[in-house]
Amino acid sequence: MAKHALSCTVNDEPVEVLVQPWDTLLDALRERMGLTGPKEGCGTGDCGACTVHFDGKPIASCLLLAMQARGHEVRTIEGLGKPGALHPLQEAFVKHGVPQCGFCIPGVLMAAAALLTENPRPTEEEIRYGIAGNLCRCTGYTKMLAAITEAAGATAGRRS
Amino acid sequence: MRRFELLLPQSVDECVRTLAQQGPETKLLAGGTDLLPQLKNGLLKPARVIDLSGVAQLRAIESANGQGLRIGSAVTARTLELDRTVQGRYLSLAESGALVGSVQVRNLATLGGNLCNAAPSADMAPPLLALDAEAIIVGPKGERRVPVATFFTGVRKTVLAPDELLVELALPATGPNSGGNYLRHTPRRELDIAVVGVASQLTLANGVCAKARIALAAVAPVPLRATGAERALEGQRVTPELIARAADLALEVARPISDQRGSADFRRHLVRVLTRRTLTTALARASA
Repeated sequence: MAKHALSCTVNDEPVEVLVQPWDTLLDALRERMGLTGPKEGCGTGDCGACTVHFDGKPIASCLLLAMQARGHEVRTIEGLGKPGALHPLQEAFVKHGVPQCGFCIPGVLMAAAALLTENPRPTEEEIRYGIAGNLCRCTGYTKMLAAITEAAGATAGRRS
Repeated sequence: MRRFELLLPQSVDECVRTLAQQGPETKLLAGGTDLLPQLKNGLLKPARVIDLSGVAQLRAIESANGQGLRIGSAVTARTLELDRTVQGRYLSLAESGALVGSVQVRNLATLGGNLCNAAPSADMAPPLLALDAEAIIVGPKGERRVPVATFFTGVRKTVLAPDELLVELALPATGPNSGGNYLRHTPRRELDIAVVGVASQLTLANGVCAKARIALAAVAPVPLRATGAERALEGQRVTPELIARAADLALEVARPISDQRGSADFRRHLVRVLTRRTLTTALARASA
C-alpha cells in the first residue's frame, strides 16, 4: 500500500515525512522523526504517556492516525522547553524531584502545560482533574501536585 | 496495527461518494478513540478507512435562526464540555461530554463517534434522547432525519446503512423554563464507563411540568426513554414525592444485565437513584 506524505508543524518547525496509512501520530513522531519523548504505554488512550499538544490541546497521540495531523501543529515534550531555558513546569519537576522511573513524565508535563495555558491558577481539584488522564505506576502523584502548584504560581507571577 | 488503505475526503459529498464506491470492508474514522483500539486489538479488520478529519462541515456548531442548534457529528466531547451555547441551552449534553475519558481523549472523541459506536453505555446518548434530538444522515439517496431515540437498533448497531454518514445532530429549542441534567455512576471518577447513566429534562409552564424526558443508558441493549415515568410527571406540579414515584416508574423499561461493572440488581438501584437526582437537578434548573 502506498505511503502518504504527511506535512505538519512539529515543535514550530515545518515537517514533511512519509508515513504508512496505519501509522499513528505517536509512531510517526517516534519512528520517523526521532522524537522519543512521547511514550507508548497502553496504546489505547488510557495511560497518557503519549500526550502531545495538537493545535495547543492535549491529546493521546496513540489514538490519532499520523495522516490526521496533516496541516496541524504538534508539540512534543522536546518542544516544551530547551536545555538552559526550561519551562517553569520542568524547573519545578526538577526542583521537587518528581520523576522516579520517568516514563510517564513527558505526558504529565504536556498535560500540565495545557492545563496551565487554559487555567493559569488552577485549584488542587482542577490540577487533579487535569492530569487524571496520566497514570504514574511509581505513584508519584503527590510530588506532581506540589510541582504543578508551584509552577502555576511561578507562571502566573511572571505574567503579572 | 493491521494494514489498511486510508482515504482522505474533504467534503460530505466526497465522503458519501467514496463510501458508495468502496463496499462493506470500509470503516469511517472520526476521533479514533473507539476505532483505533478496535483496529489495534484485531476486533475490526477493515480493508479501508475513511478519515473524516478533513471534512470541516462535520465540526460546525450552528444556531438555527435562534431555534435550536445543529451540532456536527465530529464535534469533540471537549468542545461540548466547554461551548457556551451548549452549556447555556443544553447543559446535560455538556455534562455528558465532560465525563468521557480524560482530557486527552475528550479532545479527540466525537459526538457522532459516541453514537455510531453504539455502546449501551454511551454517555452522550441519554442527553440527546432527553433533548428530542434528531440525527441527520446523508447517503447516496440524499438526506434523512431519524430521532436519536430510534437511532440505536442493538448493541453496537444503528440504523445507518453501510453507505450512509451521520452528519449532524439537530437539537430543538428548549425554551426558557427548561432544565436538564446528566449523571452516571462509575467506580472511578475519570476514565471509566457508566454502570448506569441517566439524563433528565423538565420543561415547566405556570408551575406545572409541561414536558418531561428521562433517558437511561447501560440498562438495555440500547439507550432508551422511560416514557411511563415521563407521563407521570407531565401535567403535574413536580414535588419530591412525584419525583420518587417517577424514579420507581423509570425501572419499568430497564432490562439490565449483570456483568463485571455491576449486577442487574445494583443497576436497578442506580436507575432509581440517578433518576431521582437528575430530576431534582433538572427541576431546580428549570425553575431558576
